[in-house]
Amino acid sequence: MKTNRIGLVAAAAVLALTASACGSDDGGSGGGDTGGGNGGGDSIKIGIKFDQPGLGLKQGNDYTGMDVDMAKYVAGELGYEEDAIEWVQAPSAQRENLISTGQVQLIFATYSITDERKEKVSFAGPYFVAGQDLLVRADDSSITGPDTLDGKKLCSVTGSTSAQKVKDQVPGVNLQEFGTYSECVAALVSNGVDALTTDDTILAGYASQPQYEGKLKVVGQTFSEERYGVGLKKDDTELCQQVTDAINKMIEDGSWQKAVDDNLGKAGYTPGAGNPPTPDACS
Amino acid sequence: MGDILRNYDILGAFWVTIQLSVLSAVGALVIGTVIAVLRVSPVGILRTIGSLYVNLIRNTPLTLLMAFSILGMTFILGLQLDEQATRNAYWWAVIMLAVYHAAFVCEALRSGVNTIPAGQAEAARSIGLTFAQSMREVLLPQAFRGSIAPLGSVLIALIKNTTVAAVILGTAESAGLLAEITENEGASLPTFFIFALGFVILTLPIGIATTNLSRRLSVKR
Amino acid sequence: MSAETVLFDAPGPKARLRHRILTGVGALLVLLALWVVYRKMDSANQLQGFMWEPFVTDKAVWTAYLLPGLWETAKAAAASVVLAGAFGIIFGMGRLSPFRSVRWVSSVVVEFFRSVPVLLMMVFFFFGYFATASWLPNQYAPFAAVVLALTLYNGSVIAELVRSGVHSLPKGQSEAGMSIGLTDFQTLRIVQLPQALRAMLPALVGQLVVVLKDTALGTVVLYPELLTSAKTLGSAYANTVPAYLVAAFLFIVINYLLTRLASYVEGFMQRKKRSAGTPMAAASAAGPA
Repeated sequence: MKTNRIGLVAAAAVLALTASACGSDDGGSGGGDTGGGNGGGDSIKIGIKFDQPGLGLKQGNDYTGMDVDMAKYVAGELGYEEDAIEWVQAPSAQRENLISTGQVQLIFATYSITDERKEKVSFAGPYFVAGQDLLVRADDSSITGPDTLDGKKLCSVTGSTSAQKVKDQVPGVNLQEFGTYSECVAALVSNGVDALTTDDTILAGYASQPQYEGKLKVVGQTFSEERYGVGLKKDDTELCQQVTDAINKMIEDGSWQKAVDDNLGKAGYTPGAGNPPTPDACS
Repeated sequence: MGDILRNYDILGAFWVTIQLSVLSAVGALVIGTVIAVLRVSPVGILRTIGSLYVNLIRNTPLTLLMAFSILGMTFILGLQLDEQATRNAYWWAVIMLAVYHAAFVCEALRSGVNTIPAGQAEAARSIGLTFAQSMREVLLPQAFRGSIAPLGSVLIALIKNTTVAAVILGTAESAGLLAEITENEGASLPTFFIFALGFVILTLPIGIATTNLSRRLSVKR
Repeated sequence: MSAETVLFDAPGPKARLRHRILTGVGALLVLLALWVVYRKMDSANQLQGFMWEPFVTDKAVWTAYLLPGLWETAKAAAASVVLAGAFGIIFGMGRLSPFRSVRWVSSVVVEFFRSVPVLLMMVFFFFGYFATASWLPNQYAPFAAVVLALTLYNGSVIAELVRSGVHSLPKGQSEAGMSIGLTDFQTLRIVQLPQALRAMLPALVGQLVVVLKDTALGTVVLYPELLTSAKTLGSAYANTVPAYLVAAFLFIVINYLLTRLASYVEGFMQRKKRSAGTPMAAASAAGPA
């Protein structure tokens, strides 16, 4: 046991050396002063998803999606030009750590506000209220909600809470789990499964992809509430307040609606109840 | 620790590992033998099919084969093995593990064939045995005995590779379950060691047994 | 024995006819299978132009996804092979040490990491450690988990190669070393190890194929290697199935070339073989991990 640990530590130390040797161009951005919105030559690092169409998608060197548009607006309000934004990939498992170690200042990545997460990070917002829903083929009228899924083939990603909820409610559902949503969507268009379940924003993102236009639709019967917040360093009330103000302004001046319509609206998706949301007070 | 053992079906996951290992090991042995015979058969196209199989399968990551089994085989080609999606994924995991390791079984058998002196095959031919007869009666029995050690290594690799089935089986499989436990409960070295120990217990005896067996059964020359 | 020549008689006229018929039937079956696959893919909407055209018309498919994916795959494989080589030599020598405790410790480490599935290690190193490590920038966390897992497993395999390589040398080599006054360690380092490593070379190249393929497991911890970038590509262009097929094709071509390289190196070494060590059987058996 002891020796294995030593081996581990030694290997990790070697790794650290190689890893830092590889890390070339983005070295030392210095102790990021996250609070001040003083723009200038400074840049801001924002964590987004790189692989969610309609929300945060990296296409070549372009970034598109609702989260990206909202992040751009908020960053603008904080005084950062668009080219001062450094986009960082924020996979679900790493979001808390990205913030607590200061590798990003803000996270816009379908990040639901939960009490558990609040122990490690602070949230501004919600800036959007999503809900778990179903994506089906456009010509399929037999599925109208979770309770019509009895005997149908449902697809989701491994360990998804959304799929678990449906399974608890409708034990007769036939659940296939994949590693990623895109595999589920491919299965859906090739008639392999009948429905895909997760947040309606993610579903609408796929349905709005030009390639899928007219082929997929979001059912529109949400069965949960996911309040997307902007993740930021724990107890940075000043930054939280600035972001909250920006969100309020974005909702007031119509930019919020535009970001939603541009990215998710193409397949006829409209945000569910509770939108546009009223951000919580920062504490 | 006790909570983790109570809340997660670790034994169940290992039972799946054992089932997958046994079923796909049998499959891999059968397919691998057929492919090995194809590769040395007198008919050119059969040899080509055999070597094509080995070169394609051996060089594709198992992860991709697993993803293809559901996405490609079940959904696109319509080869559904069970109405129940989880059972379907289970059987496809067995098949893909068998298909993948068959390529290595074939290579192990070929190395076994290479240990047989040419005189054996010539003797078989000179008493008038056909290709199939000399394969069955003379060459394959010796090849199996000569390739027990590499076959054992393939079996060990197969047992470990059942974890890749987590790609389609999710938390029913040990790697998927470990991922879930670590994500939910945080990192714990003891949990990892329970899983690791499970595999050590499954694989170490096989290594020792095949080493002994190969020594005992090796054809005296 | 060269199988093709001694296993069957030269076919006579009847057998030749039979072979020709079999060839025809075999070819027909292959074509039939391909046709069925084509029809099924078509009816499953997988052959639409927009899914396949980007691979030819859109440069970004290659420059933003597949080539960076290949690069990450190569990077992880290269780092793992180098580190695994170091790990293997250290622990392989440890298993040959004259000190019992060193031998014992090395054996436990090597046997342990040889029996634990790479995927299990990757998952644990990532979710359990690197994803939440504060000293490591997050974008390197998947890389670190992938490389560490591959290093420990392949390093253990290489340690075994080192050990069996040294064991396969004639006893006279170590005796000669001793007789000119070298210590145990010096004999190992100066006389035995260089010869063993030479004999191992083909097996090492073969191990590179294993490592390269196993980097694909990194997709589970979101390491952006070839398979992960194929996934992302599938998301961006709505062509998951074609993207996977292209990724599989790339994997097969690269690994096939590497396998050929390994057998070339093996042939080369055998032709100019002066070392008494032989490329050991364990090498070819290490394959399917």
